[in-house]
Amino acid sequence: MTTITSTRYRAARERSSLPWGRWGVRTVALTYLTVMLILPLAVIIQYGFQDGLGGIWNAINQPVARHALWLTLWTAAVMALINAVMGTLTAYVLVRYSFPGKALLNGVVDLPFAIPTLVTGVTLVVLYGPQSAIGAWLENELGWRIIFAPPGIIIALLFVAFPFVVRTVQPVLESLDRDQEEAAATLGAGAWTIFRRVTLPPLLMPLISGTLLSFARAIGEFGAIVIVAGNIPRRSQTAAVYVFGQVEAGYPDIASAVSIVMLAIAFGLVLLVDYLQPRRGKPAAEEAQ
Amino acid sequence: MSVALDSQLGRPATRVGIWRRRILIGIVVTYMAILILAPIGALIQGAFANGLGAMFTALNDPDVLSAFWRTLLIAAITIVVHVICGTAVAWVLVRHRFPGRRLLNGLIDLPFAISPVIAGLMLILLFGRRGIFAPLIEATGVQIAFALPGMIIATLFVTLPFMVRELMPVLEAFGIEQEQAASTLGASGWQTFRLVTFPALRWGFIYGLTLTFARALGEFGAVLVVSGGVQGRTETATMYVFRALDERQYTGAYSAALVLGLFSLVLVMGAEILRRRER
Repeated sequence: MTTITSTRYRAARERSSLPWGRWGVRTVALTYLTVMLILPLAVIIQYGFQDGLGGIWNAINQPVARHALWLTLWTAAVMALINAVMGTLTAYVLVRYSFPGKALLNGVVDLPFAIPTLVTGVTLVVLYGPQSAIGAWLENELGWRIIFAPPGIIIALLFVAFPFVVRTVQPVLESLDRDQEEAAATLGAGAWTIFRRVTLPPLLMPLISGTLLSFARAIGEFGAIVIVAGNIPRRSQTAAVYVFGQVEAGYPDIASAVSIVMLAIAFGLVLLVDYLQPRRGKPAAEEAQ
Repeated sequence: MSVALDSQLGRPATRVGIWRRRILIGIVVTYMAILILAPIGALIQGAFANGLGAMFTALNDPDVLSAFWRTLLIAAITIVVHVICGTAVAWVLVRHRFPGRRLLNGLIDLPFAISPVIAGLMLILLFGRRGIFAPLIEATGVQIAFALPGMIIATLFVTLPFMVRELMPVLEAFGIEQEQAASTLGASGWQTFRLVTFPALRWGFIYGLTLTFARALGEFGAVLVVSGGVQGRTETATMYVFRALDERQYTGAYSAALVLGLFSLVLVMGAEILRRRER
């Protein structure tokens, strides 16, 4: 009902306003979007595909490129799994329990989005690098190398992507009615059973969405990783760092081909999340049932 | 607290329940302390390790100062462009109907999904020496790649969604009734925007600007790729941190990183607090 009236209003508004003012605004907006978004995207797709799919395959099949892509994918996957568990747990604690310092903790969740990722990388190097006491101890006593190695990449990604799962699960958990949990408790279900069978199912969709978004974000991460992992081919070089190296070395064609693969993964994930998202107007909890 | 909550639930506050609560809170607090707070604390400690004097000397270097000024300049220009073009984009996407509108609406978020390195590469492919616009650049003599204009375009690209996404929901919620009333009373299109629409969008503008500015300050990958990061010429604050770490000038690297981190943090958290207060 409202949509019909607002469309009518809009039509009236469009007729009443000065046509050249309207066209002016539209021209500015569309030109801006074309130059800023469509043109860059078109040029990289054109450049990446200039030798066809075979060219892309050849580029990513080089040992160094293959290793970089594989490292990116597996570190992102490990991060996403840990993030899914810890993010859900954090959201649960923040929604269901009240304790002193809870508001502060809730604010800390957003810190990773507020800090430039390069600075994130620096903080991790200071904490775990060979110069620091902790870094030296971990390496000498336990033989764990964090910086310039995959664990550092995973920690950096965990830091950068922490808010994704928490902030997608939290609002849904808040909107959940606790009647069903109480009913399950009355019927004698244990806490774990209640969580698994009653609380978790409606959280599953936002949990998957948040996890996939954090994975997509991790694929392209550069600032934090280039500091933490360095640029050691076949050891700690991720796809984004590899692309950077190829551009610097004057091989934009190889860089474009690898970029196409990264873009395809990221876009695929974002589209998947969009598809999984509950339709507008329906509360997520209802959708999940 | 837990006893009160549990009794509200009509469940007896069992010993097991209390311990479960304590353990879960403990795990989350420990996780966030180790993952997020410990590194930040280490950076603060590392920056101050050689005293305030060393920190000041490191930051007072002409190259460092020029890097910070360059960053501020780029961020300021980015804001101005996004206030004008971002508003136009949000306006057109909400108020106009034309073929391809939904596709464009979907494309707006792309810069968030694209790696900043790839964003920089796209601009090199457009404006680089062998890029599509190379003849145009040669003819006009305006250098874009490896110069300030390219760095501004790169920053505009990565910050594009903020302003548009802040303004669109506000514009949608505001509706057009008040604007119609104004134009019925004889106001011109620009008067209506300035006196009716703009005040309603004020908070959207402030958040959009703050987030854009914070992101512009911290941008690294895209500007690095597009500019090459020539010391004293195209080096921004983030690139200085990167170079200083490489050259083992730790006090300078940590201090500059701390300044950048604090600045962004104050901006983003400030916007967040304002937003919560307003609601």
